[in-house]
Amino acid sequence: MSVILIVFFFLNIRFGSVSIPFKDIFNILFGGDISKDSWETIIINFRVPKAITAILVGSGLSVCGLLMQTLFRNPLAGPFVLGISSGASLGVAILILGSSVFGGAFLTSTLSNLSLPIAASFGAFLVLSSVIFAANKVRNTMSILIIGLMFGSLTSAIISVLAYFCEAAQIQQYLFWSFGSLGNLSWNELIIFTCIYSVGIIGTIFVIKPLNSLLLGENYAKSLGINVKKSRNIILLITSLLTGVITAFSGPIAFVGLAVPHIAKIIFSSSNHKILLPATAIIGAIILLICDSIAQLPTSEYTLPINAITSLFGAPIVIWLLVRKKKLYV
Amino acid sequence: MKNSKKNIVLKTENLSIGYQQKKSTKIVISEINLEIKKGKLVAVLGKNGIGKSTLLRTLSKVQKPLLGKIFINQKNIHELSEKELSTELSLVLTERLPESQLTVYELIAIGRQPYTNWIDKLCATDVEKIEIAIKQTEIEHLKNSRFHELSDGQLQRVLIARALAQDTEIIILDEPTAHLDMHHTIKIFSLLKELVSKTQKTIIISSHEINLAIQLADEMMLLSSDTFHFGTPTELIKANAFTRLFPKELVTFDKTLAQFVITKI
Repeated sequence: MSVILIVFFFLNIRFGSVSIPFKDIFNILFGGDISKDSWETIIINFRVPKAITAILVGSGLSVCGLLMQTLFRNPLAGPFVLGISSGASLGVAILILGSSVFGGAFLTSTLSNLSLPIAASFGAFLVLSSVIFAANKVRNTMSILIIGLMFGSLTSAIISVLAYFCEAAQIQQYLFWSFGSLGNLSWNELIIFTCIYSVGIIGTIFVIKPLNSLLLGENYAKSLGINVKKSRNIILLITSLLTGVITAFSGPIAFVGLAVPHIAKIIFSSSNHKILLPATAIIGAIILLICDSIAQLPTSEYTLPINAITSLFGAPIVIWLLVRKKKLYV
Repeated sequence: MKNSKKNIVLKTENLSIGYQQKKSTKIVISEINLEIKKGKLVAVLGKNGIGKSTLLRTLSKVQKPLLGKIFINQKNIHELSEKELSTELSLVLTERLPESQLTVYELIAIGRQPYTNWIDKLCATDVEKIEIAIKQTEIEHLKNSRFHELSDGQLQRVLIARALAQDTEIIILDEPTAHLDMHHTIKIFSLLKELVSKTQKTIIISSHEINLAIQLADEMMLLSSDTFHFGTPTELIKANAFTRLFPKELVTFDKTLAQFVITKI
C-alpha cells in the first residue's frame, strides 16, 4: 500500500500544465543537475506542497469519516454530517461575504492568505463546541448526529442569506473557495497544517481501543471498562480539529470522508481499527492524489475544481462496490 | 462462618430499583436483600414489563439504584471505577450488535480489553483465555466466520464466550434465549449449568423459561407486581411463591409436577 502511495506521489508531481520528466524531478528532489531553473521553482514551490496537501487532506478526511461511522454506528456518517465542515464554510462566508454586507472593517483587499484558514477554523470550532455541548446534554448518539445535521443546515441557511445581500464578486470569491483547492499553500502554511494534522492523527492511535469496543455498542463498551463519554469527546475533538484545519486550508472537499472508509472496509473486509485506521488513511491519500492528478488535466492549461473530481470519480466507484458487495458495515 | 462470607459474590442491602423522573419516582421493586454465593446459576423470572431488565441493569451499574447498596465481592459497586467493575462483572445483553465485519475471534478478543494495554495488544494469557472460552462454548468451528453470518443460537454462544473471556466471577445475561427454539434454549441453559459447575462462576440470567429454570437453576428471583422472592426452587415451591407470578385465569402452578400448567377452559 505504501509503495502505491509513493508511486502516486511521484506521478502527481510529474503531471501538470508544464511537463517535467521524472529524471529531472529526482534530480531536483535529491540534488543533481537540473535542466531548467524554472522547473525547480515549479516542483519545490508548487507541486511538492500540493502533493503533500493532497496526502494530508485525503488521509485526514478519510480517518475522520471512519471515526464518525464507528462512533455513531452509522455507515452514512462522515465529517460533513456533524456540521463541522459547514461551520468552517460559515467562517469563510462571513469573512468573504460579510465584508460586502457590513463593509468597512474587513475589506476584500485586506484578506491575507492566513485570514481564510483562521476564519474557517474558528467557524469549525464554534460548531464543534456547540456539538460537544449538546453531546454532553443528550445521551443518545443518534440525537447528536441529528443535532449535527441541524447545525449544518442552519449554517448553510445563514450563508444563503449572506449571499443574497452581497455583491457578485464576493459570491464568486466564496464559490471559488467552496470548489476546494489543494494548491496555493506556501511552505509556511503547510508547516502549520502538518503540525495540527499530526496532533489529530497521533490522537487517533489512542482511541483505537475504545473504537473497537464501540463496535459492540455503548453498553458493551462501558461494561468493558471504557469511559464512553470521555472517549466520545476525544473522538469528536480529533474529528473537528482535523476537519476544521483541512477545510480551512483546502475548502470543503466532499465525498472522501464518507466513501474512503467503505472502500477500506471492502478491500480489507475487516472492522478492526488497528487495520482500518492505517488502511483508510493510505487509501484516502492515494485517492486524493489520483483525483488531483486528474483535476490537473495533464498537458493542458486548465485545472478543474478538486471537489467536482472527487465526487465525479468517487461516487460511481462506491456505487459499483456496493452493487457488488450489497452491504455496508459500520 | 468466615468461609461462607467469603463465598458471597453478590449482595444487596435494602435495594430499591426504579426510575427517577423529573418530579416523581417510579419504584419498580423495593427492599431487595439477597446474597448470592460463588458458583450458582441464578434465574430471574417474572412476566413481561415487571422489571427484570431494570433489576439486571441496576445490578450491573448501567442504571442507578433508588436506594440501597450493591456489593460485589464485598466491594460497593458504586465505589468501583468502570475499569475495576469490568474485571468483576461481564454482560450479555439483548440489544442487537451494530453490523460490522468483526470475526467471532475478534469479537471474543474484545472481551479481553479490561486487561490489555493502551494499544489493545493481546498477550499470551489473553490468547489462552480466549481459546479456553472458545473451547468451553464449543464454537471452535465458528472462530473465523463473521458474527453477522451466524444464527441466533450460535451468536448467543459467541456472546457467552466473549463474557467468559472477560474472566469475571459474575456473568449477567439478559434473556439470552429470547429468540431461540426449544432445542437451542435447552442447549444454552445446559451450557450455562455446565459452566457454573466447571468454572465456579456465578451466572445470573433473566428468562421466560420457567419450567426449564425450575429444573436447572440453583437459585431464583421471582418478580411479581407486589412481591419479590429469592431462594432455591424447592424453597420457593414450598412457599407458594410461584402462584403469584401470573394471573390465575390462564395458568396455574402445579406443585407436584413443579411446572406451570394451562388452566382447563
